[in-house]
Amino acid sequence: MASVNPVMHIAGEQRTLITPEGVDLRLKLATAGQRAGAFLIDFFLLIAILVIFTIILVSAGIGTIGATGSDGVELISILWLLGFFLLRNFYFIAFEVGRRSATLGKRWLGLRVVARDGGRLTADAVIARNLMREIEIFLPLSFISGGDGVDGAIALIGLLWACLFLFFPLFNKDRLRAGDIIAGTWVVHAPRRKLEVNLGSGTQEDADQFRFTDEQLDAYGEYELQTLENVLRAGNSETQENVAATIRGKIGWEWREEEDSYAFLSAYYAALGKRLERRMLFGNRRKDKFDTLEDRTED
Amino acid sequence: MERVTEQAIFSSTTFREEREADWARLEELLGRAERGSVRRLSDDDLRELPILYRSALSALSVARSTSLDMALVAYLEGLCTRAYFFVYGVRTSFGQRVASFFSDDWPTSVRRIWRETLISFALMMAGTIAAYLLVSSDPNWFNSIIPGSLAGERGPEATTEALRATLYDDGGRNGLGVFATYLFTHNSQVSIFAFALGFAFGVPTALLMVYNGAILGAFTALFVERGLGFELGGWLLIHGSTELFAIILAGAAGLHIGTKIVFPGMDTRLAAARRAGRTAATAMIGVIVMLMFAGLLEGFGRQLITDDWTRYAIATGMFVTWCAYFYIPRITNGER
Repeated sequence: MASVNPVMHIAGEQRTLITPEGVDLRLKLATAGQRAGAFLIDFFLLIAILVIFTIILVSAGIGTIGATGSDGVELISILWLLGFFLLRNFYFIAFEVGRRSATLGKRWLGLRVVARDGGRLTADAVIARNLMREIEIFLPLSFISGGDGVDGAIALIGLLWACLFLFFPLFNKDRLRAGDIIAGTWVVHAPRRKLEVNLGSGTQEDADQFRFTDEQLDAYGEYELQTLENVLRAGNSETQENVAATIRGKIGWEWREEEDSYAFLSAYYAALGKRLERRMLFGNRRKDKFDTLEDRTED
Repeated sequence: MERVTEQAIFSSTTFREEREADWARLEELLGRAERGSVRRLSDDDLRELPILYRSALSALSVARSTSLDMALVAYLEGLCTRAYFFVYGVRTSFGQRVASFFSDDWPTSVRRIWRETLISFALMMAGTIAAYLLVSSDPNWFNSIIPGSLAGERGPEATTEALRATLYDDGGRNGLGVFATYLFTHNSQVSIFAFALGFAFGVPTALLMVYNGAILGAFTALFVERGLGFELGGWLLIHGSTELFAIILAGAAGLHIGTKIVFPGMDTRLAAARRAGRTAATAMIGVIVMLMFAGLLEGFGRQLITDDWTRYAIATGMFVTWCAYFYIPRITNGER
């Protein structure tokens, strides 16, 4: 199976997961905010389902009273009790045992539950992590609602308890809640991504229009290239104007009046990318603009 | 001409153009597999998927070391992660999983927590004995141990006849089905609670076990004092042999987690907690199954069967069955 070395933390939220093929998938842990958001979505969905379920059963019950008397009502009550029980305990379990290993809320936010050792997520792990919700969520909720007529001191203990578990994920670097510890799981952010358009495939026309010299391209390195990529993909024309102006100044580009900033930037991106990638093939990486090339052979 | 020479070496553009169709195909297969069951994929699809996965994975390594297009790397990371969890995911069907749960996993997990089961039982007995002694010496203790809603009309103030009546006729309760269901869901919730509380080093679970025993002891003391001990035994045990067993197991599961967190042994604390959690969770699903039986016995059996000896016979039968199921060692097929 895959191996994970939990000691090797690359950067903050990133964790290594080496597949049996030897490639590191570099999983990103979900942030506390994402997890809280996913839970809230699930929680409201649960309540909505419960309300709809109750309305359906009650209206069915009203229908059967006339026809069959108390037997119908009894059946409705049994269904409601069982339905509530299953929903409360198995909503999370049923979704997380499934292929996506995520509840609807988690799917929405691109999260998924993963076994910490990189192995497969087993049903008992999913059950363990979700039964813990009983003390993490439902116990504090019952304290807050004060349903059992508890006095102030106990309500206060309840509140402290709730806070302890609520903020538990913030006290460890892997963002584990009690259920994750017991189950040996963690929650990662692995959203579905679309394959973005390739910015590096500039047309011949662009290449003819913008001809950069090697010196002009050597002004920047990989870091700047990727920053530029983000600027181009973000599509904010004002930022693009500013960035274009900065680059023109830096490389001494002769600015013509009708020149379009976006076209200029994508042409520069394509040219710079091509140059850096070619250098890379010959073993010369240039991290950023401060990375000097003096002691390296030119191609 | 210039363009051709440049592309002759390597370019991330051509690299991407050559493989894009494969990635799209992989994404499409994954999408179908994730939406429904594996059955939506044909045999050819299932053969193709791991191949596509491996080629995407190698494309990811290549892209990481030769391409500067971060969006491409991010896309491939996402795609490979999804494919990895599919290719190395669980393959057993739901039916197989249920079968192996009943044949192996459940009894194994119960056997594994036998020490905690004994402790849990001892705690409950301690509570029972303590409450029994307290209530025998001073009946006023009864009301402070047992919450009013649970006691109902059964209190120290009730006449012996009234107490006897509660053992054979639960106040003319109709709707046995509802009653059984209510008991099942309520008890399950309590035992899930006992399990989850184990996380706090097992201390609240232990207290809960003692308290459960205390309720039992207080009732016993009250009925024994009126000469109804034998009858109470039948009333209690017909479902209690299953229900109390289940609650003891739930407590044991909680204690298992708690003690493994405190005393992880050779493992790291986190690894010990994980192993304990998985064993305990399997046992817990079993506990819920047991409580379902208990609910049926309590809701129907107890109301319909009023003969003491029959009640005792059913109680013993259930208890022996559970013990045999859990603790008689069996031959397992070597692959474990």
